[in-house]
Amino acid sequence: MKAIRSAPHPGRPRLTTSAMIASIAAEGQKTKPAPFGHALVELARRRPDVVGMTADLGKYTDLHIFVKEFPDRYYQMGMAEQLLFGAASGLAAEGFMPFATTYAVFASRRAYDFIHQTIAEEDRNVKIVCALPGLTSGYGPSHQAAEDLALFRAMPNMTVIDPCDAHEIEQLVPAIAAHQGPVYTRLLRGQVPVVLDEYDYKFELGKAKLIRDGKDALVVASGIMTMRALEAAQTLKRDNVDIAVLHVPTIKPLDTETILREAGKPGRLVVVAENHTTIGGLGEAIAALLMRSGVHPPFRQIALPDEFLDAGALPTLHDRYGISTAEVARRIKQWL
Amino acid sequence: METPSNALTNTPKLADRAYNIRRNALRMGEVQGQGYIAQALDISDVLAVAYFHAMRYRPEDPSWQGRDRFLLSNGHYAIALYAALIEAGIVPEEELETYGSDESRLPMSGMASYTPGMEMSGGSLGLGLSIAVGMGLGLKRKKSEARVYTLFSDGELDEGSVWEAIQSAGHYKLDNLIGIVDVNNQQADGPSTQVMAFEPLVDKLQAFGWFAQRIDGNDLDAVVAAFDAAKSHPQPKPRMIVADTLMGKGVPFLEQREKNHFIRVEQHEWQLALAALEAGRQA
Repeated sequence: MKAIRSAPHPGRPRLTTSAMIASIAAEGQKTKPAPFGHALVELARRRPDVVGMTADLGKYTDLHIFVKEFPDRYYQMGMAEQLLFGAASGLAAEGFMPFATTYAVFASRRAYDFIHQTIAEEDRNVKIVCALPGLTSGYGPSHQAAEDLALFRAMPNMTVIDPCDAHEIEQLVPAIAAHQGPVYTRLLRGQVPVVLDEYDYKFELGKAKLIRDGKDALVVASGIMTMRALEAAQTLKRDNVDIAVLHVPTIKPLDTETILREAGKPGRLVVVAENHTTIGGLGEAIAALLMRSGVHPPFRQIALPDEFLDAGALPTLHDRYGISTAEVARRIKQWL
Repeated sequence: METPSNALTNTPKLADRAYNIRRNALRMGEVQGQGYIAQALDISDVLAVAYFHAMRYRPEDPSWQGRDRFLLSNGHYAIALYAALIEAGIVPEEELETYGSDESRLPMSGMASYTPGMEMSGGSLGLGLSIAVGMGLGLKRKKSEARVYTLFSDGELDEGSVWEAIQSAGHYKLDNLIGIVDVNNQQADGPSTQVMAFEPLVDKLQAFGWFAQRIDGNDLDAVVAAFDAAKSHPQPKPRMIVADTLMGKGVPFLEQREKNHFIRVEQHEWQLALAALEAGRQA
């Protein structure tokens, strides 16, 4: 049993736990509001089969933007995630394309069997869009979805996506709509950082993209860790350390060709960085791919530890668990 | 353009259908030597009325858009539904011999991707009504007149998701949804009412905004009347038929067998069961 924590030291300045609606954007970072909500509205204007669904988290998954525009194409299912995904399967069976939103923890943990049996096993065209991926909430394990990628990777038929920023979220919405079949995507909501626009980046389902090249190390990353890796690369440049960043937003199916090509270039340390437990996510997927393919670069993982994470302020927690920009840069330098 | 099912409205013909469904189920049970035979026998009257009185479908086109959907939530009743699908001409009778065998389209637990006329993959319990809510909403969006029938078991009432769906169907006033709960008071660990008390069921359903009727599910006239009332009920409410049934109905020595949730029947007993069924029909 876990010991109860001791009382904090009085008088020490502390950051406060972010509010549930808080953005992951850093102070002064360029952001866009509710990119998913606006992209879904754009899509729904072209696609009359699109319907929006949620389990009492419309406002917290940016679906409220869609609801305002298309109130008659929206189904509030109440705080009932099993029903949400069962009903999404039923609507898909009748030819509609539901975008069903909730938090990543509730889809992955609470409704897993419903998604498995009613959506994935029947290959139904449901898009599962889930906020609070990995460690993006200070609320503790109830809201921290450190295991979602492992769980959904293991589910046959499921496409799994971990986007980096607002630019990517805007592009992935029409891309997953064009794909016939179930999709699980993590979602950044609220004021979402915009980063990839400056790299002339375009999301393609199933494709990994080299965002920047470098000769000392290759960071293979998904989600917000691509952002962190790019920031760390800037930092390390000042120390004459040259980092390449390969962004892998589609966790399943993996773009094995691009990953093997980049990881196979000689003389580079390969670091996989993900906002997810070390178990069963991008890092282990790539480790297995490399082993199976006979490509054996020096290999390191940056990921959340296999433990229930602390509650607290996000910047503190990101530092504590090694996924802040400073920690990413420090670790890479240490490993080189 | 609607094609009605080969609907028969007179009860004696429905009795023949129910008999044939029971016989098909027993013949499939013989292939495996065991199975959920007691449930198949108890629900055959309901299936006969659903497929030969109430529902619209085209046997030659099981995915016809205008069909009424029949969701088998309790996937382990697949043997019963296959028996009805064979009788309805949706599944060819020769496939009966393949039940539960390799390469068969009739696996032991019902799955949509295997069997023509199977609308969902059950097995994991408590899924059906949730899917039915989505289908009901979808059919309304399409302005379809089709209905969603969902068969589930009293044991499934233990699953919280069933109540999530019951609550939402009431909320959305899904008058195109007709649920049938098979109350045979038998689940894996014993009598359903002892495993987890669920009565008073009709009162609960009414409190959730449903039109609910309770009938003897092995009385064909009562079953016909219940389906008719469910279809014609004037209020914008989802409809539930609570059907009390007798495990093993139609084969007296199976009706009396204790622990009849999953039955193993000795080789010689299948012929005895078929003979007992036949004797009951002539009586």
